Amino acid sequence: MIYKGKQKIWSDYQKDIPDDHWFYVRSCIRQSFFPASEKYFLKICRDLLGKDVYETEHHTTCGGIAYHSDTIPQETAMTIVARQFALMKEAGYKNLVTSCITSFGNYTEIIETWREFPELEAKIRENLWKACRREFDIPEYVAHASDLIFKFRDEIGSMAKYHLVDGITGEPLRVVEHIGCHYSKMFPHKGFGGAEYPCVLSGMIDSWGGQVIDYPERRHCCGFGFRQYLVKANRGYSVSNTHKKFESMEPYHPDMIITNCPGCPYFLDRWQYVISEMEGKTYGQNGYGIPVFTYEEVAGLVLGFDPWDLGLQIHQVAVEPLLEKIGIPYNPKTKYLGLDGKEIMKPGLPTVLKCC
Amino acid sequence: MKDNIVIIGGGIAGMEAAHQLLLLGYKPILVEKSDHLGGHVADWHKLFPDMSPAKDAVRDLAEKIKEANIFLETEVSFINRLKNGYNVMFTNGVNVICKAILLATGFELFEASKKEEYGYGIYNQVMTNSDLERWFNTRKDKRLDGKDIRKVGFVHCVGSRDIKAGNPQCSKVCCITAIKQAMEVKEFFPDAEVYCFYMDLRLFGKKYEDFYIKAQMESGVHFIRGRVSEVSENINGQVIVKTEDTLSGKPAKITLDLLVLMSGIVCNQQAVKTASMVQVQTDSDGFLKSKDNILNIIETGSKGVFLAGTATGPKTVPETVAEARAAALAIHNYLVSLQ
Amino acid sequence: MMDFGFSISPSSTLNLDKVDLTLYDRLCDIEPDAKKCMACGSCTATCTSGPWTGMSVRRVILGIQRGKEKEAAGMLKGCMLCGKCTMVCPRGINTRHLILSLCRIYEEEGK
Repeated sequence: MIYKGKQKIWSDYQKDIPDDHWFYVRSCIRQSFFPASEKYFLKICRDLLGKDVYETEHHTTCGGIAYHSDTIPQETAMTIVARQFALMKEAGYKNLVTSCITSFGNYTEIIETWREFPELEAKIRENLWKACRREFDIPEYVAHASDLIFKFRDEIGSMAKYHLVDGITGEPLRVVEHIGCHYSKMFPHKGFGGAEYPCVLSGMIDSWGGQVIDYPERRHCCGFGFRQYLVKANRGYSVSNTHKKFESMEPYHPDMIITNCPGCPYFLDRWQYVISEMEGKTYGQNGYGIPVFTYEEVAGLVLGFDPWDLGLQIHQVAVEPLLEKIGIPYNPKTKYLGLDGKEIMKPGLPTVLKCC
Repeated sequence: MKDNIVIIGGGIAGMEAAHQLLLLGYKPILVEKSDHLGGHVADWHKLFPDMSPAKDAVRDLAEKIKEANIFLETEVSFINRLKNGYNVMFTNGVNVICKAILLATGFELFEASKKEEYGYGIYNQVMTNSDLERWFNTRKDKRLDGKDIRKVGFVHCVGSRDIKAGNPQCSKVCCITAIKQAMEVKEFFPDAEVYCFYMDLRLFGKKYEDFYIKAQMESGVHFIRGRVSEVSENINGQVIVKTEDTLSGKPAKITLDLLVLMSGIVCNQQAVKTASMVQVQTDSDGFLKSKDNILNIIETGSKGVFLAGTATGPKTVPETVAEARAAALAIHNYLVSLQ
Repeated sequence: MMDFGFSISPSSTLNLDKVDLTLYDRLCDIEPDAKKCMACGSCTATCTSGPWTGMSVRRVILGIQRGKEKEAAGMLKGCMLCGKCTMVCPRGINTRHLILSLCRIYEEEGK
């Protein structure tokens, strides 16, 4: 691998992200799958980095799931997005940051469509006025939350208590990064690093001490296509895609996987259980599986926040072996105690995949 | 006193035109920006279809033009149009007043790193056709030296017939070059399996089909119809290529020890600048524009300015030499008509 | 094992690393012109039994080259040995000899 070649391509795909004053829109499903991710994103941006990230309780979904599942027509999705922009205008912000990658793709696609077809934009303005008497402005900049963490990765790295290295030997951890499809495959110039070699997550990993693994199926989709998994009979395609990725990354013995999409870590995490039940095969060391994280969880871990506050107990694949490897302390007794120390129920254990 | 003729470009087109003009009694001025004559052909190993050494062809031509005024490592800095001719200024300080200019500026190879999905410059075992040709001559390349090469792949149409690469045209000579190189690689590595990934095989020239048959029968080259979509690297440093085997209608993948990208032919960008000094535009395919594309390829819209060689589009060596001879005759006739 | 209601789908990608070419090599020893096939399709177009049995010399040769020996054997059953494919092949391959040689190899190997 000639690293300089990759750096040259990365230099072709750089983005000039504004420094401050962001309007945050949340994801539909991330708060269920990865409960603390969005909370810690806001905590890191507001408290640790001192940025102004605003969110309003009136904002809704971007309509991405419905649009991609073919349940609403494109104009409806555009009107929903227009309302989000109207809320942003009302709050006085010009920069939009999204939590979900499908949202990012959705907003970018809609803005590009309006740029090429201004008559469609005029129609949506009319739709929005008729629906709820709101007016909107197109945001000056749309970024994804991982873009912001990428931009401030060195600041986070300097404040980090732990690094992505083996606590005992000091060797960098072998990290697989997985980028959501809608980040740069649709519009390569809207993603850091372009479509073939995105650097938004690998940049974070490099700053925080880890070693990025490039394996053959790195670019492959995880299988979280809405049509693929919404219908039960089609879920075989989803799990086959993830299976392909795991078979490809296995020879490299990765320690962890980091992703920046809501669906990808969910699938890469949960399908390890399904594959272990179907084929009896696990991919990590000692039968534990490879833990999957979102970038906010990793940022939280390196900054020294408590793993259970970060919501890691909800993960399917056990994160304890990795925490022990890095040397991050955790209390196994408080794992299933929620806020206020209340007992939240313990899950049943799988038969093949080892969990703690 | 015979009129001055300036030939811009010391490749085989410029050299052959200079040769013919010398025979007709002129003393042309040949200006070349690099430090040697012969252009791209000077870097090649063997020329199809006869498989004669490229070095010999260039050396023979250089012998024949010893009497011409040759300026190496020189470029054209400015061309002024005069009432009856042109005033050409070179970077070595020489000023020439001439009646005719021949643009034999040649081509450039498509920069293969622009096709990011093929990983040229990123994965170790990916090289281009010109890298391979250089290896045939010098036998020095870390991608091949001391390596156990068991499987080689050739990717046709890299940067050609590709609107995203900015070049929708076919580069004409890459298919026959790929087959020639495939057979040569098989001679160096007789136990290797060689694969050619093509969209169409464009083997239009004299004895080219025989090359194809020879490659299939004697060298056992496997031809897989399907364009390569992505290249990645496995843990051993080998490249994994994904393509579709269109003849069986299924996606296919294969692990190779070496991948050769057949970079296409695009117009020399510096030439475009020089040509604009004499009001010669580029055509819709990016190459220099001739008066027309059927009977007047060597003439341009500007008086006294002629074209020869790959400046107007991809060409084989015999076609380039033929155009150079035609251009020399056309220049002679033009100069005679002025008297 | 739990019944999930779905299972891992098999991949249809041809893994050219794993193709077994021993049958193809044996065929080429007996009928070297098999390597000359340029997949033009003249044989398929003219085949007498093709439209009804799916027989196609081009697809037989391709099947052997891709390790799909059972499929190729199935197609060969439909051949009527009429010789029209030999008549039209532009590369001059003796397709009738190729078909008969392949059948003989299959018989010898008990397929």
